[in-house]
Amino acid sequence: MYVAVKGGEEAIRRAHALLARERRGDPGVPELTVQQIEEQLTLAVDRVMTEGSLYDRELSALAIKQARGDLIEAIFLLRAYRTTLPRLAVSLPIDTARMVLQRRISSTFKDLPGGQILGPTFDYTHRLLDFSLAAGSTETAGGADSAPPGSDASQEACRVIDLLNIEGLIEPSDQDRDGDEVPDLTRQPLEFPASPGFRRQNLARGDEGFLLALAYSTQRGYGNTHAFAGEIRVGEVSVEILPAELGFPVDIGDIAITECQMISQFQGSSTQPPQFTRGYGLTFGYCERKAMAMAIVDRALRSRELGEEAEAPAQDEEFVLSHSDNVQATGFVEHLKLPHYVDFQAELESVRRMRGKAQAPGVTPTRPQHAEERD
Amino acid sequence: MPPERAACDGYNFAYLDEETKRMVRRALLKAVAIPGHQIPFSSREMPLPYGWGTGGIQVTASIIGSTDTLKVIDQGADDTTNAVSIRQFFTRTTGVATTERTSAATIIQTRHRIPETPLQAGQIIVYQVPLPEPLRMLEARELETRKMHAFQEYGLMFVRLYEDVVRYRRIATSYNYPVEVNGHYLMSPSPIPKFDNPKMHRSPALHLFGAGREMRVYAVPPFTSVVSLDFEDHPFEVQRWEQACALCHSRDSFLDEIVTDDRGGRLFVCSDTDYCSQRREGGVGS
Repeated sequence: MYVAVKGGEEAIRRAHALLARERRGDPGVPELTVQQIEEQLTLAVDRVMTEGSLYDRELSALAIKQARGDLIEAIFLLRAYRTTLPRLAVSLPIDTARMVLQRRISSTFKDLPGGQILGPTFDYTHRLLDFSLAAGSTETAGGADSAPPGSDASQEACRVIDLLNIEGLIEPSDQDRDGDEVPDLTRQPLEFPASPGFRRQNLARGDEGFLLALAYSTQRGYGNTHAFAGEIRVGEVSVEILPAELGFPVDIGDIAITECQMISQFQGSSTQPPQFTRGYGLTFGYCERKAMAMAIVDRALRSRELGEEAEAPAQDEEFVLSHSDNVQATGFVEHLKLPHYVDFQAELESVRRMRGKAQAPGVTPTRPQHAEERD
Repeated sequence: MPPERAACDGYNFAYLDEETKRMVRRALLKAVAIPGHQIPFSSREMPLPYGWGTGGIQVTASIIGSTDTLKVIDQGADDTTNAVSIRQFFTRTTGVATTERTSAATIIQTRHRIPETPLQAGQIIVYQVPLPEPLRMLEARELETRKMHAFQEYGLMFVRLYEDVVRYRRIATSYNYPVEVNGHYLMSPSPIPKFDNPKMHRSPALHLFGAGREMRVYAVPPFTSVVSLDFEDHPFEVQRWEQACALCHSRDSFLDEIVTDDRGGRLFVCSDTDYCSQRREGGVGS
């Protein structure tokens, strides 16, 4: 006699124990410390902070350790923690013109006030595996003789966009136009059409890979924005709040950020002369690829607003903003592994009946034309 | 509902903070006032993944009190892994009593089924909803579907069902079968088999639906009409089986098909584990 499968509870308990063992790996190898991840896997930490929408290097590193290096899982952990935190204050807009720069490049001007600063970039490395790292010799070339960080790169530099602004060659920012009312995507449902604030919060939290592919698609002809990297800057900026009872701003600390301003041409209209338009990307830490992709997609999503044709995926606001979040996406894709046997049983019954009927004269068996809406 | 003592250190009773619960309840009140209409709410990121029932969990967390008795089912069963996991979540964060008995529960959170035992007045059933918009597979855009609901422009759905009739001589949709609520809104009943649709019609219980990822709640208040779409010459009908449940011999319940060997051996048993075991304890079965 068949006995119904029981023991979900016990199975879950054992799965958790196995997971902990797999995470630890060979106990003969020293365990990773959160501090090591924080110091040596900095780009992973930065990505998790950015898409997790929480600036906390230590928690981000902990999440990466707990997630066994699965960054989307780590982002999920950080988000689930963040959701319980109280909102103590809303900061003033950060002033990126006053950033302490670690890296700053412009591809639109050969030289400019503040100069071009390469900083710690992979850009001109030759991608050859460095076997000396495998040998454990970490103090290799550049470790000792490079300049201490910040010595030649700590000056403030005006933003490229501001230089163009002097001539009125570039459109004013949304903030100049709309004031600084900032919505909170994690406290309000996303509704369409989305305001610029909602759009950029969504993109800032959006999956790096998804935005990268969309940005790439615009460059290959699906909604080209003809973008120039006006400026990419990486560095530290101070965050200030304005307590109502004090009446003056208070500096509450510095955060590392990456900012990208893409510049695209706009043909002009009957009411507006031709000018350059902006696409904006911003991330925590050093996430240059993400910031650039975000800036391109941000601009592409403004096609309709600027009266351009908007046929490509990257220009479709509902398509992009509804599918950018990797925690949502991974949940919904992966939930297909949850039991669906009730629905499948309903389908089995239906298909068996249709196959029975199909033998009746006058009915041509065809495949369903529409996908069933499923959980 | 006054704030209650947290059962889990460091977190509020039922995980969500009271402000968030109030926000969800406000959305639910609006949902109850406009049966079948989807109400946006600012869904929170939960410690369980999207697609695992975050909408249902937020609805339950917002309405549960310390005197409630909770039942959680997935595919009709209390012992499926996700049902176990969600029940543990609420046990941990609220400490409320749980039950497997449909009749003993004040709140039933479900995925994909409505229990066979008829729901009573005072009970609340909370559905986990993946895609709240019944028109989504016909029209991808929210801006469009909102208008279609406002104008009760549901012709597309009827055309879709009619295409089935032309192709297969019957409506082929077997689950997530669209319903019209209170004579107005077209509503997704969530992916329950159409077998369960009639249980919603004029049900004395309150039916609440939560879609976390899509940030929508909706509701069917007690004694509201819920009609499955059909045609005069192709009336709505539910699944039926030639077999009876192999355990309790019920001929009225939704059956799961169990594969017993690799030579085509099959066994049919109730998907509702509580209903099945009640019948066996009552001496109806073997």
